[in-house]
Amino acid sequence: MSKQLELRLSGSGGQGLITAGIILAEAALKDDKNAIQTQSYGPEARGGASKAEVIISDDVIDFPKVTLPNMTLALTQIASDKYIMDISEDGTVIVDDSIVLPEGIKAGKILRVPIIKTAKTEVGKEIVANIIALGLIVGLTGIVTRESLEAAIMSRVPRGTEELNKMALQKGYELAKLY
Amino acid sequence: MARQVKFLQGNEACVEGALMAGMRFYSGYPITPSTEIAELSAEKLPRLGGKFIQMEDEIAGIAAAIGASLTGLKSMTATSGPGFSLKQENIGYAALTEIPLVIVNVQRGGPSTGLPTAPGQGDVMQAMWGTHGDHPVICLTPDSVKETFDLTVRAFNLAEKYRTPVILLTDEITGHMREKIEIPDQSEIEVYNRKRPEKGDDYKAYKVYDGDIVPKMANFGEGFRYHVTGLMHDETGFPSNSTKNAGILMDRLMAKITDHLDDLVDYEEIELEDAEYVIVAYGGNARTAKSAVKKLRAEGIKVGLFRPITLWPFAESRMNEISKNVKDILVTELNYGQLKLEVERVVRGNCPVRFFGKANGEVLTPEELILNFKEVL
Amino acid sequence: MNHPLVENYFRMDKFPHIWCPGCGHGIIMASIARAIEKLGLDKDKVCVVSGIGCSSRAPGYMDFNTLHTTHGRALAFATGVKLANPELEVIVISGDGDLSAIGGNHLIHAARRNIGLTTICFNNNIYGMTGGQYSPTTPTHDKGTTAPYGNIDKPFDITQLAIGAGATYAAKTTVYHVNQMDKFIESAIKHKGFSLVEAISICPTYYGRKNKKGSVVDMMTFLKDSFVDHKVAEKLPAEKKEGKFLMGEFINKIEPEYTELYDGIIESLKK
Repeated sequence: MSKQLELRLSGSGGQGLITAGIILAEAALKDDKNAIQTQSYGPEARGGASKAEVIISDDVIDFPKVTLPNMTLALTQIASDKYIMDISEDGTVIVDDSIVLPEGIKAGKILRVPIIKTAKTEVGKEIVANIIALGLIVGLTGIVTRESLEAAIMSRVPRGTEELNKMALQKGYELAKLY
Repeated sequence: MARQVKFLQGNEACVEGALMAGMRFYSGYPITPSTEIAELSAEKLPRLGGKFIQMEDEIAGIAAAIGASLTGLKSMTATSGPGFSLKQENIGYAALTEIPLVIVNVQRGGPSTGLPTAPGQGDVMQAMWGTHGDHPVICLTPDSVKETFDLTVRAFNLAEKYRTPVILLTDEITGHMREKIEIPDQSEIEVYNRKRPEKGDDYKAYKVYDGDIVPKMANFGEGFRYHVTGLMHDETGFPSNSTKNAGILMDRLMAKITDHLDDLVDYEEIELEDAEYVIVAYGGNARTAKSAVKKLRAEGIKVGLFRPITLWPFAESRMNEISKNVKDILVTELNYGQLKLEVERVVRGNCPVRFFGKANGEVLTPEELILNFKEVL
Repeated sequence: MNHPLVENYFRMDKFPHIWCPGCGHGIIMASIARAIEKLGLDKDKVCVVSGIGCSSRAPGYMDFNTLHTTHGRALAFATGVKLANPELEVIVISGDGDLSAIGGNHLIHAARRNIGLTTICFNNNIYGMTGGQYSPTTPTHDKGTTAPYGNIDKPFDITQLAIGAGATYAAKTTVYHVNQMDKFIESAIKHKGFSLVEAISICPTYYGRKNKKGSVVDMMTFLKDSFVDHKVAEKLPAEKKEGKFLMGEFINKIEPEYTELYDGIIESLKK
């Protein structure tokens, strides 16, 4: 079995991370890979810490849940506190640079990235932080092709916001080059 | 419309399958983790000229669906544990009155309100024995988004063919996960419609005519003016206190299952040809077992998977046959061993039957299952 | 030779019915048939739905599309029938216990939706089928087998309950006032939207005997003397209203009907 991406995206409800997870999985399907997405439900999904998980693999995915992610992203302090410690030894942790990391966290790579600041100041809309995060993840991993990611984003975002989201995606790729 | 590749939740695939099977009526009550089925039905049905209604409670949800089915519309209702409990009386009503209907139960952790957003498989025996009195039961359980689509179609077809409620028993795992599904073109879907009487026939609502397996079903409003009752009835459909008639009716209802096991029973077998050990798993939990079997095989252990797709009637004779050639059977499920009882019964002592499960709302991981499996080695 | 009404609208081979001598239910069942005849409805397009109880056996005798469901659920089944095929004239027959106790939730919601169902409540103030237990309409202090020391519950006024929940037609009458009953049931069937006729019936076998109400004739006389039209009552002095029960047509108004609203959604989506 080849290595598969087991990704956990977390933040607060409303940051669009569940949508981001679905977009990434749909991009993987366009590349003829297999993907499964799951997410948190109930009160926790409507505020507090919400999470979406995506597995992407060249092989058939039997077990659909992420138990130990090899990449994890957190956009809020609450989400980070709740989810960030579960990471494989050689995995990558990405947090927004506003977040204070817990002591003793161990991972292959730990990246503090100005995702929300970039969304606010360079794109002008905080709501696109999820798309910046996708650009960052794909820029770092190459898990899906850029063509597929852009197509998947375009089919999910509201009409009239295409250019905004393309810009956000570009900013994500640019951030990836710095790490 | 050609085939379409989509990335859907099991609950969404259920609605897609239902519509292709001909569902034109949905009535239900919101309950996690099944609600997406109601939401998508509400959106899609009126676009096809069908009807959706959110009823005042779970009981009304199934009652309205039965009423609609009598007018000729293929009907469905969906729920989860607490709602499934509330629907039981009318499941028995539909079984006795032979009204086609699909009931989806997206299982969550129970009992009581339990764990609304977490998976469980604790309703396996309830699906069989939940309503009072003996009655025919057909219960199907999918382990993927694609199979949720396929089995929803099959559930409608079996409901129409055997004139009985069919239970689609999914769980929070398959209901909520999204995965790839290729939705076939409508022309590729085999759709079975209930047999209806011709005008002018000497119609008896509950008489089985030559060559049929169930009575022909007239739509209310088409001129046959027959009677439907939850009391024991004779072949005219009217109440009868005769114990002889009651016996004839009950025998006929139960024989719908026992005479058609070949048509009804379905299962998947993986790596069973040379297997010395068998894991039995179904529904979302079978995904854990599939992963575990692959990993164990990679270690050279001769283990296979038996996955019931039709949960009820259970694959009795096949399971018994398998048990003659293996050293050990491990049944795994997200409960305290419900299907394990049935496996034990049908294996009749041919080999040991062990159990490994969880009922705390967590999924079983392949690693946990492998660890437990290895105890026997 | 039977009356043509009986020949035309009843399943002759299903008689004799199960009701006790002196029971008021047959009067209401016949009134429904007369209303259907007067309106000239196509029998094939009439569906009669009931729950469980003495009154709920009526559909078995009536020559329409008939559906005898589970206890309390007649309105819920009927909602499915009506929404699935709005062409059908759906009439629900339900007793006081069936409609306002176990089925009370369905009553208020069917009324709230203003779905085009006609509900005829056969109210005999008792659970007759099971042998005389008190129901939600048994008067306070009256006896039932489960209220051996007198009922301490307050009774429902089913008509007012339906109005409160949004019924757009509601009337109350008794098995003594048959001409009025015919008129109300006819109006209720004609009415577009949710309609209810509460027909006060008599149960000499259980309610009457348990509460020493005398003979069947005494019970009928009681209905005759105790019920007064609410419009007439308005003009009566207070002392003349004492001990009287109000009957008559309490509400009759037009509001959008549920299945028509739903068909409107279907139409709007075709564009």
